[in-house]
Formats: sequence, C-alpha cells, structure tokens
Amino acid sequence: MSSTMAPNVRGVGTPGKRTVYSLCGMCAVRCPMEVTVQDGKVAWLQGNTHDAAIGASLCAKGAAGIAFENDDQRPQTPLIRTGPRGGGQWRRASWDEALDTIADKLKETVAAFGPRGIALSDRGGPFTDLTRTFVQALGSPNYFNHDVTCAGNGHNAGVSIYGFGNEALIPDMGNAKHLVLYGRNLTESLMVKEAKAFMAAVAGGMRVTYIDPRASVTACKAHRYWQVRPNSDYALNLALIHEVLKQEAYDQDFVERFVTGMDALRAAVKDTTPEWQEPHTGVPAAQLRAFVTEIAGQRPRVIFHPGWFTARHKQSFYVTRTTLILNALMGNLEAPGGLVIAKVAEQVGRKSLKPLAARAPKVEEPRVDGAGGARPQWDPHSGALHQLFAALESGKPYGMGAYFAYRHDPITALPDTEALKRALDQLKLLVSIDVRYSETGWYSDVILPESTYLERANILAQLPGPVPVFAMRDQAIAPRFDSRPAWWIFREILHRMDIKEVLDFETIEELWSYQLEGTGVTVADLRETGIVRLADAPKVTPRDQLRFPTPSGKIEIESDRLKSAGLSSLPPYEPKQAPTGDRFNLLFSKTATLAHGQSLNNPLLGEIAPEQCLWIHPDRAAPLGIRDGDEVEISGGGNYVGRLKAKVTPWIHREVVFMLHGYGATVPLATRALGVGVADQRLQHGKLYDFDPAGGGCALTETLVRVQPAAKQGATA
Amino acid sequence: MSIYILRHDEANCIACHACEVHCKTNKQLGPGPAPCKIISTGPIDVGGQPRMRFVFMPCFHCEEPWCVKACPTGAMQKREKDGIVHVQSALCVGCKSCIAACPWGTPQWDPATNKAVKCDYCMDRLDAGLQPACVTKCVTGCLSFGVANEVPDPRRERYARYLFAEPPGGAREAP
Repeated sequence: MSSTMAPNVRGVGTPGKRTVYSLCGMCAVRCPMEVTVQDGKVAWLQGNTHDAAIGASLCAKGAAGIAFENDDQRPQTPLIRTGPRGGGQWRRASWDEALDTIADKLKETVAAFGPRGIALSDRGGPFTDLTRTFVQALGSPNYFNHDVTCAGNGHNAGVSIYGFGNEALIPDMGNAKHLVLYGRNLTESLMVKEAKAFMAAVAGGMRVTYIDPRASVTACKAHRYWQVRPNSDYALNLALIHEVLKQEAYDQDFVERFVTGMDALRAAVKDTTPEWQEPHTGVPAAQLRAFVTEIAGQRPRVIFHPGWFTARHKQSFYVTRTTLILNALMGNLEAPGGLVIAKVAEQVGRKSLKPLAARAPKVEEPRVDGAGGARPQWDPHSGALHQLFAALESGKPYGMGAYFAYRHDPITALPDTEALKRALDQLKLLVSIDVRYSETGWYSDVILPESTYLERANILAQLPGPVPVFAMRDQAIAPRFDSRPAWWIFREILHRMDIKEVLDFETIEELWSYQLEGTGVTVADLRETGIVRLADAPKVTPRDQLRFPTPSGKIEIESDRLKSAGLSSLPPYEPKQAPTGDRFNLLFSKTATLAHGQSLNNPLLGEIAPEQCLWIHPDRAAPLGIRDGDEVEISGGGNYVGRLKAKVTPWIHREVVFMLHGYGATVPLATRALGVGVADQRLQHGKLYDFDPAGGGCALTETLVRVQPAAKQGATA
Repeated sequence: MSIYILRHDEANCIACHACEVHCKTNKQLGPGPAPCKIISTGPIDVGGQPRMRFVFMPCFHCEEPWCVKACPTGAMQKREKDGIVHVQSALCVGCKSCIAACPWGTPQWDPATNKAVKCDYCMDRLDAGLQPACVTKCVTGCLSFGVANEVPDPRRERYARYLFAEPPGGAREAP
C-alpha cells in the first residue's frame, strides 16, 4: 500500500440509509447539520435538530451543498503548475509527487530564511488547532487567520477593553428590548442561528435600530434606520456616550463596580454633543437624544451589537471599543437581554479538548507582522496578513519564502489584486489547499484538493458559548475524486520534513481520541448527536463573581496595552471629507445566497444570485447623466475598470456607491462564475497596506471610486 | 383547493431564498426550474422607513386547476384525497400546455428531463409523515404548513402582542 493512500475511503459507501452528523462547509459559519446518506450518496441535508437554536433550518448555501458535492468543476487531483504563475498551465500529479515537491521547496525556504520563512493562512473558526499546530511544528510563528478583512479590528478592540475578543459576547436577543446594529446585516450576511433568534425577537417585540449608509434587508426589518455618512460611526458613538452620560442613562452601580477609566471617558466625550456629531454623521441631534431617552428606559436589556466584519476604516477599532463601552454603560454584561459571556469547558467544571499544539515545541521567534511583539495591540493568535505581503516585498523584518493558503482565498478577500500578486511573486512556494478553484489557487504553484466537508472528517471542534459544546464534522460519503482530508495532508507534509511525532495519527478516530482524553466525552457520544453540551443549562456569572481577564480585572476604558503601543485609548474623531462629482466611497456586502467568492460557481446558487448592480443616490446620479438601469463604468485608480448596471435609489447615502462582493472571478475552469460581474477588491486600488493601526484591519470602506456612464457600444464621437 | 395551506408570514421572512433551494434539492432539480420562488421588491418608503416586500410563489393548488384541464395526456392531476395538484412524470410529454395555462406561471420546465415539474407540497414527504422541504428547513420559520384552519395564524398572535406591548417614545408601527 502506498504511503499516500487516502484514509477516508473505507466504510462510507455501505448500502442502506444512515444519518451522519456534520458541520456545514458552505461558508465559514459552519452550522451544525445532519446528513442523510442513502447507499453512499447524500440524499438530504438539514440543520442538526439536537441543537435547538438551529433546528432543521439551513440556508440556501447549506442546501446547495449537494449541488457542490456533485459538481465536477473542482480540483480532482493534485496539480502542479507548469507555466508562469497565474498562466493556467497545470499537470496532474500523484499525491507523492505533489507532497515531495512541496517538501523540497520548504527545505529550500528553511535553508534561505529559517523555518520562520513559512506562513499559512486560513479563515479562522473551530478547527485552527490543526493549522496552528502544523505551522508551529514546522518551527514558524507565522500562522494567520483572515481577520484583517473580517473581525480583526473588533477582536483586538475587545481584548483591549474586556480582555477577550468580542466574539466571546453572545447577544441574548430573546430577552432584549432593543438591539442596535452598526451595519451588522444579520439577515443577509447570514448566520442561521443568529438570524432565527433575531427574527423571533423582533416578532416578540424587540426594537431594532439599524445604522448603515445603505438600507439593507435588515434595515427594512428595523424600527429606526439611520442613513449615516460613510465611516462616521465613531463620531456617532462618541456623541451617544456623551448623551448617555448627560442623561444619566447608564447603570451607575455596574459602572462603579466593573469599569475603570470613567474620568478619561468623560474627558474624551466632553464636547462630542449631539449637535457636534450632526454634520459628521448626518443623524439629527434631536433623533439621537430621543434614542438615548428610549434606551434609558430599556436598559440593561439594550444590546449594542459589537459586529463581526469590522475591516472598514482607520478608526474601526475605536468604533468597536466605544460600542463595548456603550454595552458596559447599559450594564448588560451577563444580564438577561444583554451580552452573555461565552464560557469554555473549564468554566462549567469540564475539561477542554486536548490541544494538538501541545505536541509541538513552542516557537519563540517574533512574528513577521509584529503582532504581540513590536505591535502589542494585535493578537498574535490571528496576526495581520497584509504584513506578510509587506514583508515579502521588503524582506523586513525578515524574509519569507513559502505560503500555504488553506481554504482561504486572499486574492479575492484582500484589496488590490495587482499589488498582492506582486508580493506573492516573491515566494519560492505558494500552495493552495482547497475544495474548489479559488483565485489564489489559480495563482499558486501546487493545488492540493482537499476532500469536501461531506467527504472528510475534521478534527473535533469546541465552541465556547452560554453552554460550551464539542462538535463533530464526521465523514458522510466517500470522496468523488483523488482528494484527501486536511489532517492527513498536513501530517504527510510534516513527515516529509522529518517531523513525525506531532500529527502521528493513523486514523481520524485515533486523533479524536487524543483530543477527547480526560473530557469524559467519547467518539461514540459525538457520533450519536453531533453536538455534546458540556452543561445542562447556561451558567450566568453572579455579579459578585464577575471579573474580566484584564490587568485590573475590570472593563478598562484606558488600556495600558494601547499605551505601550503609543496609541490613545479614545482618540478624537477624524472628520471625513465628502467625495464630490464622480467620486464616491465604495461599500460592498453580500446576500444570504453568497459566501464571498465561493458561491457563484455553484449551479443552484449561481442561478439565484442577484444581478450585481451599483446602488447610487438619485441626487448624485442625475448630474452624471446616470439613470436607473443604465450601464456605468467604475474604476478605483488602477487599470481595472468594471461595468455594471446602476440601481438609482434614495436608500443609499449620497456619498456612497454599493455593490455585492464575490463577483468578477477569473478562473477559466469554474465556468459558471467566470467573468460574471465586477470584482470590488480590484477596485480597492492601493489599499493593500492601508489599515487601522490599532486593530490591524484593512480600511476597505475608505476606498474611493470614480463612476461614469459606460461608453455606448459602437457610439461615434 | 387542496385541504392544505402553505402559509408565508411575510413579516418574518428575510428573503434568504433557502426555500427555493430546499425545494429543488428534494426534487433533485438542476439549474432552471423553480417550483417555488421568493420575489422581492423595494426598498420603498413606508412612513419614513425603508421597507421591502417579499412575495412567496409556490403553487396554489386550485380547486379547478387550469393546468389539469390543459394537460392533454392526463399527466397533470389533482389528487383525490387531499386536492394536491401534481405531475405524474411518466405521462408527461413535455408539451408545456400547463405552463401556458397557469395564470401564475407556476408549472416549471425541467431541461434535464424535458418535462414539466411543479410544487406538489412534497407529496413524497407528506406521505412519509413529514412537512414540505421548504417548510422543514426555512431559516426563520416564516413558512408553515398544515390542514387549513388547523394551523395557527401567526399574524393574529402578533397583532395581539402588538396591542399589549406599547413601546416607549410612542413611535410604533403596525406589524
């Protein structure tokens, strides 16, 4: 038997009907799911009914998992590039050859730059123990998640004030009286459980205030919609805090016991009155006052949603920071209708999964992006990926030679494709490990086809929450092509680098048993229900035991960590100039049927994806001669020019145009998505190294574009 | 009409289009036919707030279905016991008369089989004691199904709650 035989082909094609528990893989939310397998084929997918929060529900993307599985337009064997990078010339390779090629290039990289010259990025989530362990075992500190284009600013803001990232805050919408959303478009940037809880809470009488330059579907479900100027939400928050303090609309007892730095807060918002913010945000001062009066009667059951995607502008970090201050002022932490702090196993008297990372020696090298070192404000567990590319171009602070993009497509996710490709050109080795043809895959040296989420098992996941759980993605069916699961791929690469012990598991069951050691939970338990709850009921921390993992044990409005980075804890608002003429800020988002660049090539999702159009306000469209339905040209300053139809509507701010993200793909083998629509990331020209210095997140919504009517085909001058 | 009602509670819908894909995967349909469809319009201004309309279009399962009358082969049928209008695929010759006859454009053309296909409330699932695919997996639970008059109408309950819960500030809106 060859050493590279697939470990996931046995025992899954048996006749008859069975139920397999899994976690959906059609977007990064990874909803708990049950798979009905009939004679070795997927017959039905639905939510895992053992998790009451989701029930049988599944979104369009989740349901389209069957179409994805049956699609041939995905990598079917390892591929090795034969022409120039991005040239689209490949040859099929055996796993042995592909893995040997990778190991040779890794050895070259280590010889030139040391082990620290190897990097990997993924999309975060519950399975990163594997990817982190792989990078650590190689001797590199340079693991990255995707957070510079997602939650990084918010996460780091959370750490600076509460001592943990804001992903550990779970809104208790079912008991809330008012939810405030800063562009958190939770009916379209869809997480099934969250959307379900939201709509149930709205039906039950929860009030919703939605803040966004564009009226999304979520705005249409809200009771109050503020069409703010782009990137002005920090000014809004400073004024909200001013008014909350002025009206004494805050929980004085909570603040006295659990918050430090109130004097600094009062000083920072002394002059940020409702009138002061009005020209910055466009929100009438009287409306802001009325809002504060309303929530004064509703607290502590008022939630200011800390958001997920916060890679917006260069003060986004402070937007989340002040949002978290507003929650503290409401006194809503660990209170019904407020923010529940997610618990890990140990907090409910149980034991966490045993980390794979414990099997690899610690790496003491500083990170290439400075996270946790020269940049103490950035969490070294997630890093800041654009700084990998900066290092590739400059060779500083040290040289990098190899990069694994694991189920991550930085060329679609990060701004300015041309700049990014220039950086990637410096690599000795670029590997894409994926279930589909991504833009990054097409630019890489080796594509390793991972088995799909239905064809593979993952390492076990542990999800902190009101009740922490362990979750299993078990293998449902045999792989259709010559693909492998990630744990096996990383093990095989390590073996070729003579690192044998760290991932030395023969089967996924053996690996799971290691993870479960001492937890009191068995593989059989997880196979039975997919999800194992580690407590019977949510545990609410009694007020006298509430402590935050900060140096003072309290919520810290002034942060020493920020001070040590030379950053203010609450800087003044930086006013934004309004773009005029044919210039606009470019905003982007998705719909409930789209997951970034992943969905358009799916036969069932592509057909229901909306035609991409450019939202533009009538008052700005008219002087440019643009009418509803006209074709327009949009450019971001680089060579790339997009053409799409205008949607002229007052439900977008005058300073902004908007389009959907995930379009404009260029991979020829993904024929259904090829050339459909415009790639907003290619309009974000010059933005690759433009980021919020405090949070590290990209400043994507600061992108300025030019819009003009498209030149008529065949028109004469 | 069939004895059933497939109710769409628009206020609780987010136009996520999951119902369309749930339906298609149960019928093993590829691109093209859409036995049910969510049609969105807006946003428009309603009392100063942005509002969208979401209209759910499955089959109405008419009492005297135009499609059944138009079908020359007897493939389009109304089931005796519960009034479900469905296509018996083996009898369908793909003439598209049903598609032309239906006032709402409900029957769909399946290019994979060259036959008509339509919403049949997932008869296969009903007969197995289950709910239609779209209802079973709806994200928000805005779709409900059952024998007419036996399933509670969420709108009445919501209206009652609305009368009871007067929000502060007086700015309230009909549900």
